[in-house]
Amino acid sequence: MIKKLIASFRPALMCLLVVTILCGFIYPVFVTGIAQIAFPNQANGSIITITEENGTPKDVGSVLIGQEFTKPEYLIGRPMGTTNLSPVSEEQRKLVAQRIAWWQAFDPENKAVIPMDLVTASGSGVDPNISPEAAEYQVARIARERNISEESVRKIINQYTTEKLLGFWGEPAVHVLKVNLALDGLIQ
Amino acid sequence: MTQIVIQDTLFLIILVALSVPLGSYIYKVMAGKAVFLSRVIAPIEGGIYKLMSIADEDEMSPKDYIFAVIVFSIFGLILVFGIQMLQFFLPFNPENFHAPSWDLAFNTAASFVSNTNWQAYSGESSLSYFTQAVGLCVQNFLSAATGIAVLFALIRGFVATKKTTIGNFWKDLIRVLLYVLIPLSLVLALLLVSQGVVQTLSPYGEVVSLESGTVQTIPLGPAASQIAIKQLGTNGGGFFGLNSAFPLENPTALTNFLQLLSILLIPAALCVSFGKAVKDSNQGRAIYAVMLILFVAALAAVTINEYYAGPTFQGVMASGSMEGKEIIHGVGTSALWGTATTAASNGSVNAMHDSFTPLSGMVLMFLMQIGEVVFGGVGSGLYGMIAFVILTVFIAGLMVGRTPEYLGKKIEPFDMKMIALIVLVPPVFTLLGTAFAVLMPQASSWLSNSGAHGFSELLYAFTSMGNNNGSAFGGFSANSIFTNMVGGMIMLMVRFVPMIAVILLAGNLSNKKTVAASDGTLSTSDLLFMGLLIAIIVLIGALSFLPALALGPIADFFTTIK
Repeated sequence: MIKKLIASFRPALMCLLVVTILCGFIYPVFVTGIAQIAFPNQANGSIITITEENGTPKDVGSVLIGQEFTKPEYLIGRPMGTTNLSPVSEEQRKLVAQRIAWWQAFDPENKAVIPMDLVTASGSGVDPNISPEAAEYQVARIARERNISEESVRKIINQYTTEKLLGFWGEPAVHVLKVNLALDGLIQ
Repeated sequence: MTQIVIQDTLFLIILVALSVPLGSYIYKVMAGKAVFLSRVIAPIEGGIYKLMSIADEDEMSPKDYIFAVIVFSIFGLILVFGIQMLQFFLPFNPENFHAPSWDLAFNTAASFVSNTNWQAYSGESSLSYFTQAVGLCVQNFLSAATGIAVLFALIRGFVATKKTTIGNFWKDLIRVLLYVLIPLSLVLALLLVSQGVVQTLSPYGEVVSLESGTVQTIPLGPAASQIAIKQLGTNGGGFFGLNSAFPLENPTALTNFLQLLSILLIPAALCVSFGKAVKDSNQGRAIYAVMLILFVAALAAVTINEYYAGPTFQGVMASGSMEGKEIIHGVGTSALWGTATTAASNGSVNAMHDSFTPLSGMVLMFLMQIGEVVFGGVGSGLYGMIAFVILTVFIAGLMVGRTPEYLGKKIEPFDMKMIALIVLVPPVFTLLGTAFAVLMPQASSWLSNSGAHGFSELLYAFTSMGNNNGSAFGGFSANSIFTNMVGGMIMLMVRFVPMIAVILLAGNLSNKKTVAASDGTLSTSDLLFMGLLIAIIVLIGALSFLPALALGPIADFFTTIK
């Protein structure tokens, strides 16, 4: 019995060594190599780089990581952070009530119903998107603050809205950071 | 809602359509036949066997097979533990992470070796690229391959007559890796990178945020390569702490689709392989159908709850429950993912399960509590389901007073003892773990929700570890010595005790002669049997867990109903 057990040591160690080299070194390095050649932007965090007025490049964000916006001239995203609260709990009700009150104080002229995603936190806590309804909810305010037409705000929002994949999969989404960069004239 | 139904239906159709050819392919690979990749891979395979000094005709007795599995897994455990403890001194650690605490390192090692991938750590704030790729990524491959290898040892037990061997573990392992897991992972990893999943060895990036001008850190690393096998091997351990809810791990609707498909693809395909291997496709089809029926029932329950049972607020547009969910995934694919990841013992998440409505949370827990047999882990799900099939045959045999038989093998006392181990060990450890945790004076400090939902967090944690799933109600703070140690031991026990039982069962079946089917043989592929099987699975799960569920999600539901 002990002898048999010990006999299995050598193939076990050898196998672990071979698989570690194969799956722990060759495989990730191979994927990294192809990724860096074929998809350098995506593989490095989908960074958005703009050129400042003096010509220096500046990294202003990642396409995939949401940023916090609080000024009225910007499209505002979902509450940051992950709560892990039960959606029907008393704590969650209080938190949502605070968020509703914030929106009502922030834009008192807006009497439309608030879209659900603007008062609930995402799973990642850094959701870069909002729903098209949540973007539409903010159009009038942004246009007013920036002294531009609602149509031009809508045009920018539409430009950075992705539809359902092949018309059936996932949900349409508006990219908050890209819309704001476009509103500021930093990207086309 | 109609859109969600269309979405789910198309998804399941694509899943079934892809699982059939993949299932035949895996069958050929495991039967040692030539496949289209053989020309490229066979020389590598031969070289590896030479290095390990395995001869073509080497076959193992059940005992040898068990030794190989256990010794190999222990070495893997030591390696992952060692790499974590030494990560500060090892290369590819651009963020200069120190070693985690020893109990956390043990928990993580046990978790990845047992194909659970329960995570009491957060990848981007504690593990180096070296630890992730060489420690964890390798175990993602190995624990998955081990599950599939053991499944095929069991299948050989059914097919063989009067044989003392059940195949060779090393060959099973290497063939699954070389022909199935590595090629599929390569393709998936590259697809994921093209969509924005990061894959680099450079240090974390920094950007200046637009409005506030503060510096935002963008965590990076060799993520795509690991995420591919995390999904394909039903591992589920995220490269980043927030798993596939984090956009750098699951950036677009397309990656969400591909990852969801990968969660279920191999476990579903193995049903097809099973049918081929036992030369009776109806048997594979019956099991596949039972899994699909249970899956669709659970999916409907979760989706309806998330869509209709979410909270409503004055002045807010009524829509599905969006707390803890990403915009691009929405209620539809979040509910689909939650169901898939708990049905298959994957455990990755694209939304926070803690923030699912109470009854959805219960369905997710129940999918794990019935033993991870609705698709389940790669290999382990199907051998768990076969155990339930034999149990059903046995109970049906008792009803009519005949010796039960399955696939031409008489089911005898030794076989039933093994079945009992396979079926009962996970619920026993789940309940004991939960019970002990509740008795700990500091238990309430681990929870972030109060009342019944707090208990649900605890029950979910031990359900997840006790069935090798790995997902969590994220509000549960998992990194305590108690949870790390007890949870680590539970994950190892519920993985390897049933696995050893399966191998012994395989050996015992292999030794028997095959009896021809007669008029009195119970059909194991007709609707009646499928109904009976579903009833037995649900009944055993309900008998074990109804009291605990009543204290958690059911109480949560009734106390929060408005």
